[in-house]
Amino acid sequence: MSYRLNYLEELEAEAVYVLREAFAQFQHPCILFSGGKDSIVVTHLAAKAFAPGQIPFSLLHIDTGHNFPETIQFRDELAERLNVRLVVGKVEDSIQRQTALEENGPNANRNRAQSITLLESMESFGFDAAIGGGRRDEEKARAKERFFSHRDAFGQWDPKNQGPEIWHLYNGRLNQGEQFRVFPISNWTELDVWDYIHKENILLPSLYFAHQRPCVKRKDSILAQSSYLVSHETDKLLNLTVRFRTIGDMTISGAMESNASTVSEIITELKEMNQSERGSRADDFRSESSMEDRKKEGYF
Amino acid sequence: MIDTKDIIRFTTAGSVDDGKSTLIGRLLYDCKQIPQDQIELVRRISERKGSSGIDLSLFTDGLKDERAQGITIDVAYRYFTTEKRKFIIADTPGHLQYTRNMVTGASTANAALILIDARKGVVEQTRRHSFIASLLQIKHLIVCVNKMDLVEFNKEEFDQIVSSFQDFSAKLAIVDVQFIPVSALNGDNVVHRSENMTWYQGATLLHTLEHISVANEQNHIDFRFPVQHPIRVDQGLVQDYRAYAGKVESGIVRVGDEIIVLPGNQRSNVKSIMGMNGPQQEAFSPQSISLELTDELDTSRGNMIVKPNNQPEEVRHLSAMICWVSSQAYVPGRKYILRHTTNEVKAMVKSILYVYDMQTLKRDEEQIALQANDIARVELQLAGPIYVDEYRKNKATGSFILIDEQSNQTLAVGMIS
Repeated sequence: MSYRLNYLEELEAEAVYVLREAFAQFQHPCILFSGGKDSIVVTHLAAKAFAPGQIPFSLLHIDTGHNFPETIQFRDELAERLNVRLVVGKVEDSIQRQTALEENGPNANRNRAQSITLLESMESFGFDAAIGGGRRDEEKARAKERFFSHRDAFGQWDPKNQGPEIWHLYNGRLNQGEQFRVFPISNWTELDVWDYIHKENILLPSLYFAHQRPCVKRKDSILAQSSYLVSHETDKLLNLTVRFRTIGDMTISGAMESNASTVSEIITELKEMNQSERGSRADDFRSESSMEDRKKEGYF
Repeated sequence: MIDTKDIIRFTTAGSVDDGKSTLIGRLLYDCKQIPQDQIELVRRISERKGSSGIDLSLFTDGLKDERAQGITIDVAYRYFTTEKRKFIIADTPGHLQYTRNMVTGASTANAALILIDARKGVVEQTRRHSFIASLLQIKHLIVCVNKMDLVEFNKEEFDQIVSSFQDFSAKLAIVDVQFIPVSALNGDNVVHRSENMTWYQGATLLHTLEHISVANEQNHIDFRFPVQHPIRVDQGLVQDYRAYAGKVESGIVRVGDEIIVLPGNQRSNVKSIMGMNGPQQEAFSPQSISLELTDELDTSRGNMIVKPNNQPEEVRHLSAMICWVSSQAYVPGRKYILRHTTNEVKAMVKSILYVYDMQTLKRDEEQIALQANDIARVELQLAGPIYVDEYRKNKATGSFILIDEQSNQTLAVGMIS
């Protein structure tokens, strides 16, 4: 026996430690479940962390109303299989309450409104920490995240004034009304996530694998055709074989043309491909610091 | 498919003007770790700024304010991988007022990369960063003498810097120091060997990072298992399961081993070990596991499970080196929460023995106040016992943080010695 861990085992041990700290330090933490691969991996890790017991967290899904039907079906099946409580916060409800505004215009989406719904949901369900699948390699603002990331009473992130997080002594103490975001897979890269999905045989929504669907080609991006999409004059409607690299709101998740239909084919494709993961996310394109700005407002 | 690569974590400190961002950018670029769309983006920004060619430092730029001021404020983590291993870089600021961020970045590092501008030689920041690396017991130091292109790749300039660094580092507790002459701008000795410095026979930076041994840094002798929380299951197929979740911080434990729970000295034996893939016969650091014992004990978060013949020291009084990390100043006589492993106890600073002048690295025995970024030796009085090892023997059981009870902020981080 060599008494050493390879990188996936080390990352897994670290993530499980963080999940257990979140459970021990917060009153009422939840897993922020988007239906994407990262939050699926976090849920899988939570199942391991508390085995043979059940996951002691609820899954919180922030529903923009613009979902892929596959995501919703997957979400419901996963919650049932793991016997975990699923709660849903709807952006539509925030818009009805007029706490969030519906965007207008040709590139309208509900991405910013999502932050408002998240904060409202955390308050109404009484969650003091949301555990998410955010990773530091995704984006430059996320590269600065702590494992335990503090949010003030307005849900705001203050990147210039983060408490130090040293060794693995995480300080999750909070004042009335404050919250934390917890990121167990902070140190994982996109490829690590796929390697882990492969190793553990983790089920994913079919959207991640190559399939045929009607798509809209808009400039350099490919979006799934749907009734939520405000059409442009220059849009080209095509039937394409695509897969999604990230899954979120239907109006902003860019697809890529691909024939990769298994996890190992995706890994091979990723290694050869030379484009960053969020390169096809319309929400990140608004400005050079759009992620940082959204995170300061309470986006995860 | 799944390979056996390991992970090395290294820290790097400095300012943009040392060429730190350029060096990291060069490392990623030459390792072909930057996606094409990002290269295109940086190329466009470089052109807009009037740079000729591609400005490598832009790959590591972070927050808005950092871009505006051209400095690093907070630790940023970056990732890359080669055929040999995976790398996690904690990229930290070098300015005096960000000492606390440097400490944060260094706390989990296996190696520290120190950058020296060949034209300037060893400066205050070099000494401060090396000092912090030694304080945090980082075993390997890689000193990159950068901007060699600006001193005509001169061997004498390099040798002189090496010898002046060695004069200073002889006083530090660092086991392994390596010196590499580089030009981050042109890529000399970063990933590819330099054709401009044939006098240098050593390894490139990448080769050095790929071959530093980190396996022997795990302590596999002294079993320490701080309990994160109990796990109780009594339903369905699992009847009456009671175990303790935690991370093996050091040492090895096997099914059947006799153990003792601190505090309280209750003895029992290991009945089962639940690992990440079901039951296992033994566990070692840094695995996350659940330990089931043969007896029903009163054990909870903050307790530590160890072996009877190898126990940490029980203390109510600590001597430690601390770094004050908060802008909230130290108040004499104020009670703080001390978090050590998963345990918390109230604590008070009894006395400040000395504070380091971070410019000269000399001890100031007159100073009685502690402010952000101060590094000091202090004596602490605790309200109850904790179970510790010296930091140099065991980072997990030799470290702690001080938290303010009212603001809940982390005020200081400490190393027991």
